[in-house]
Order: sequence, then C-alpha cells, then structure tokens
Amino acid sequence: MNEQNDSQALRLPSYERAAGVHPPLASPAYGSTALRAPQQPLVLLPQNLTEVTGPLLGAERVTAADSDLTRQHEGEAIGQRIIVRGRVLDSDGRAVPDTLVEIWQANAGGRYRHAIDQWPSPLDPNFTGVGRAMTDSEGRYEFTTIKPGAYPWKNHDNAWRPAHIHFSLFGRAFTQRLVTQMYFPDDPLFAHDPIFNSVPEPARPRLVSRFDLATTRPEWALTFVFDLVLRGSAATPFEDPQEDA
Amino acid sequence: MTSQSAERLGLTPSQTIGPFLHIGLMWDDAPDVVPNDTTGAIWLRGHLYDGAGAPISDAMVETWQADPEGAFDHPDDPRSTARSHPFRAFGRCATGPDGEWAIHTLKPGSVPASNGATQAPHVDVSVFARGLLDRVVTRLYFDDEAEANASDPVLSTVPEHRRGTLTATRVEDGYRLDIRLQGKDETVFFDL
Ligand SMILES: [Fe+3]
Repeated sequence: MNEQNDSQALRLPSYERAAGVHPPLASPAYGSTALRAPQQPLVLLPQNLTEVTGPLLGAERVTAADSDLTRQHEGEAIGQRIIVRGRVLDSDGRAVPDTLVEIWQANAGGRYRHAIDQWPSPLDPNFTGVGRAMTDSEGRYEFTTIKPGAYPWKNHDNAWRPAHIHFSLFGRAFTQRLVTQMYFPDDPLFAHDPIFNSVPEPARPRLVSRFDLATTRPEWALTFVFDLVLRGSAATPFEDPQEDA
Repeated sequence: MTSQSAERLGLTPSQTIGPFLHIGLMWDDAPDVVPNDTTGAIWLRGHLYDGAGAPISDAMVETWQADPEGAFDHPDDPRSTARSHPFRAFGRCATGPDGEWAIHTLKPGSVPASNGATQAPHVDVSVFARGLLDRVVTRLYFDDEAEANASDPVLSTVPEHRRGTLTATRVEDGYRLDIRLQGKDETVFFDL
C-alpha cells in the first residue's frame, strides 16, 4: 500500500485506461496501417505530472466567426446547411468546460481544400472546411457548417469514405487528448468502411451523430448532435484477489 | 473488476487524423512552445519513418513538457507558479516531405513522480498520422542527462536495448530524435 507515500508526495488525479474502445492499430482492412502500426508491445506508462496535465489553450486563438464555416468567405458556401452541436464530457459524466474543439472536413462534394486532394469534384471558393470553438461552462460547443460529401480513396476497389467531420480535442490532461471523426446517421457506406469498422462493434454507435429536429432551425439548417466523451477518473477497483485471474 | 462501470459514459473511440490534417490543425505558431527571441531556446527535431524506412509526410507530432524548473502551469500541478516568460509547454508540428518535424522550446527540468522518485527531464510526444487509427505516445529524453536517465522510473521499465529509441542526441541548436513507427529499432511506445 502506497497511501502514506502518496500523501507525503503528490496527490494527482488518475485517468482510466481505455479498453475495448479504440481501434487496434494493426487493422489489416485499412491498408495504411500495415507499415505504420507499431509491432512491439506497448510499455505501461504510469500517469504522472506530465500525463495528468495538458495544454489549457484555445481561447486566444478562437473568434466567434470560427464556428460558422458557412460564412468564412464573401459568398455563401454551397450545400446542405447544418448545425453540429453537442457536449464534451468525461466518462464520469462531468462537463469539460473551456476546451478547444477543432474540426476540419470536405465540402458538399466530398473534396478537401488541400493540395493533395485532387479527385474530380469541384472546390467551393466559399468553403474552407475548418472550424474552431471553445466549449462553454457546461461543455457545450456548436458549429454551423455544410454537410460534407462522401469521397473516394484508394484503400481498396471502389472505396468511399462515409461522410464525416474530423474532430480534435484536448480535454484537461495529456491522457485525454482525442482525435476522431463524426459520422451521420444511417450512412449506407458504413458497412464498407474499414476505418469506421476498425472500432470495436459496441463502440461504433458513439461515432454517429444523432439528428435532432427539436434544435433544427426552421427555414435554415438541420441539426446533428454529437457528444464526445473523454477519459474520466480511473475507477477505484474493488480489490478482490480472487478476480485477479 | 469494478462496480462503477454501469454508470459511466462510454468513451468516444479514436479515428485516424487522415491525410488532410494540415487544413484544420496548423496554427501559425504551432511549433513555438516559446517565442522566437527566447534566450536559451532549443530545437527538438527528428524524422518520422514507417516500417519500410520511408519518411512519413502526412503526420503530426505534438509535444507536452515541464518548464525548465520542472513545473506545469496547470491546476493539477500543486507546485505551479506564475511565470515571467511566455511558455506554452505545448508544441505541434506537421511532418514535412522528408518526414521531419521540429519544435522550438526550452529544455524541461526534472519532474517529481508521485512515488517520491525523480523523473529525468523528458518530453511527452504524441504522433498522429494517416494509417494510425489512434495516436501513439512516446517520450523524448536527453543524452546529456545520463545520470538522471539511469535512475528514471519510466526508462528503467523499458528493456535496456530499446532505451536508445527514446534518447535524443545533442546537436548544435538542440536535440535530435528520429521516431520509427515499426521495424528495426522501432521506437518504444507507451500505454497510458
Ligand atoms: Fe476525411
């Protein structure tokens, strides 16, 4: 028992370790993992000061205009206007306030404003596809944007990514850092996407946003709700030596 | 086993950052943990390689570290104090066509561990890339801290023959450490 030592030294929060949630790095159906997934076993890193702290930044680099991706240019962006909103929480159910949410996405035709995206779908001069927002005191965020289109990629024959928005979050600690993708309900491409399906099956629905008529803005934009859950406190194990199999 | 799991919210799974990360995540000052004119600033640099030894040009490296006193400006560091110089502690850099990343920072100090031990100066590093369905986490230590490294509680859990993959080499303007995702001399990655 380390209780005495701990109280004499540092008392730090500890974060749960994720099991059965994230995709295995080696996921053969996603071809790019073949040469990029590490093959040696991971080494357990105790959560110490460096891991339970993290960058608390963002407010200084976010303006109100950054959360409306349809109005970042002189003309209006083309496509289905949508609101994407939700909360950032930890697994204890606590809000993660004042944290930076960064998103990027393809346009309505499924094309990114990026030099290496050259497939024959039009660029929209009035859509960059980049947004930033800070969560409020209750962990809420909201973006107005355009529903992204599906796009082809070269992973396998006739491969298309389901429509998605990329999300990047910090939370409050290095352990909570998360980069993920938000999908839309009932996408017919789910069954054919090795990136979506790399996630253990029970956790896949957590990546799919929910259509919300109640907060849809009449005559303006459909709303999709996407809550994100970051690692919360490590559960205090009820130690039972008989279960230590 | 725990009795709490039923009430907890399920974590959001990770997905790859994909090849288009640059449009969303590259701030002008992303690699600047400290401003350009900071006295004593160093560059941490390295290349990122795949299992075939090819440079990875569509990746992002992020760093998180203590300040030169070994402290973090964060509510969960009970020792954190006001600073006289700007120090963001966080750095971010996309890899270039040759797979190289670079972070402009100050060398961190030693950091206490909760068990009373002292950790050698180190930088926590996250790597995100197309083909990585989750970030991978490693640490950067410094080769001119041999004594501190020898007693570091984390390094000591790494098989001795692999510790070199975590140790950056002193160069003229800072330190250099290549990261290999796979293959011979694969970098040690951590489960946190
Ligand atoms: Fe994408």
